[in-house]
Amino acid sequence: MWDWTPIRDWLSGYITPYWTFPALTVVQALIVMIGIILVMAVYTLAERKVIGWMQLRRGPNRVNLFWIPGLGQPFADVVKLIFKEILIPADANGFLFRVAPFLALVPALGIWAVIPLRPEHAFANIDAGLLYVLALTSMGVYGIILAGWAANSKYAFLGAMRSAAQIVAYEIAMGFAMVGVLMASGSLNIGEIIHAQRGLFGWNWTWLFPLFIVYFISGVAETNRAPFDVAEGESEIVAGFHIDYSGMAFALFFIAEYVNMILISALTSIFFFGGWLSPFDGWLSSDSWLAQPSFFWLAPKVFFFMFVFLWFRATFPRYRYDQIMRLGWKALIPVTLIWLLVEGIMVYSHVGPWKGHP
Amino acid sequence: MFPTILFFIFAAVLIGAALGVILSRNPVYSALLLVLCFFNASVIWVLLDAEFLGIVLVLVYVGAVMVLFLFVVMMLDLNLERLRREFAGYWPLTVAVAGFAVFAMINVIVVKHLGGAGLQTAPALAANYSNTRTLGVELFTRYAYPSQVAALILLVASVAAIVLTLRQRKGGKPQDIAQQVAVRAKDRVRIVKMASEKKL
Repeated sequence: MWDWTPIRDWLSGYITPYWTFPALTVVQALIVMIGIILVMAVYTLAERKVIGWMQLRRGPNRVNLFWIPGLGQPFADVVKLIFKEILIPADANGFLFRVAPFLALVPALGIWAVIPLRPEHAFANIDAGLLYVLALTSMGVYGIILAGWAANSKYAFLGAMRSAAQIVAYEIAMGFAMVGVLMASGSLNIGEIIHAQRGLFGWNWTWLFPLFIVYFISGVAETNRAPFDVAEGESEIVAGFHIDYSGMAFALFFIAEYVNMILISALTSIFFFGGWLSPFDGWLSSDSWLAQPSFFWLAPKVFFFMFVFLWFRATFPRYRYDQIMRLGWKALIPVTLIWLLVEGIMVYSHVGPWKGHP
Repeated sequence: MFPTILFFIFAAVLIGAALGVILSRNPVYSALLLVLCFFNASVIWVLLDAEFLGIVLVLVYVGAVMVLFLFVVMMLDLNLERLRREFAGYWPLTVAVAGFAVFAMINVIVVKHLGGAGLQTAPALAANYSNTRTLGVELFTRYAYPSQVAALILLVASVAAIVLTLRQRKGGKPQDIAQQVAVRAKDRVRIVKMASEKKL
């Protein structure tokens, strides 16, 4: 998150330059992962607090940390989960049952490699970053399907099947929304996607507003969150795919879900809200600190969308399954297709932000 | 050096996983090993600087196609015993197909390219070379019509598949949202005036 040159020089005194790059990358990856897990821990608390306040309750307020009531709750939960026994059902497929939580968590954390958290900095500044994001988000479904199948339970299997069909359906709408972003910026590189957006009203959300809505709704559906949480569906299939998991094995699914929520929030703010660009860019003179792009512009955007996830959960009743399918296939996909056509015409005739586009 | 080692590691895993696909007893394991195959093939493509193809392989096959495959394999009740008995009977066909594939590869490498001596190493790529951009430019200029035709064929195929399997189930109770919204209270509720009972 800062200049790594002195550390690289210091390291090269001990190991050959050939190994400094992997060593530094591992350190940076650990920093980001631990940061994200911490944000995720506080996010679980925030969820219970925010929904509590929306429902005129107090939320968790017993475990104090730094004299703040409730702040210690996530850590107390972790301690509890670590010391619980991980039960494996007798008829379960032991190997897949153990592997599934990791298959859910690894893609969720892996995507952060290409997310530029601060200007001009991503661990892997790869050319096809957008595709990498799409490919890895579609990987997360394997953890859910395998968990549901390996547990050898009907409830778990129902949850897994629901989730698989839902994720495959919404991935298409999500992909089309990303095609719109790609057309607007003319690049698959996430850094260039951010750079192609100019000024508060030149960010993609104005000209690609329908795509922004479609993307965020699909993101909520992809993460199996309320109002699309039929894969868990407490009132119908108890807890869906992770019904037979206990202790840390359950916690891994939980972490994966919340990391994915943070990720969708980050991607929404990067694709449609200018990422780390300042909203005052172009209004104030460029040497003002308020107009500088920085991590501190990205963070509030991400936190806002994370809050919207909680807001949705507190506000909307759960969709029925056929309604979810109808929304995905018959509403969101046509909207994206029509807007892609409109956008194509706009790009071709150089209107709006595409003025002076080659 | 390092890429070569990586290539051999991933190629070995690829071959092992491919063998596992046909030899494993559990169809779910077969499907998962096929996913592993796709992954390794994609890594090999990335090692060859074809990162667009590599990522798209994972995106399309692992992310969409194999999920549906797994979906089907998990739902079906396969009679493996019968399939396995017939499996061994197909060996002449298998040997013929595998023999042809090996022959074709030898033909390309040994005969056409003088035992590999005629094969040239690809020229080094420029630092700002974008695999994705190059592919896109080619697809939308030089190969615009073939890709349009391919897209059309895929569209026809998917429409045909939907038409063939679409059947209206009898006795379903679909909702008509417009009708539901248009309902007024007087259609559903009848207010009846009744005289209150006399107090005794």
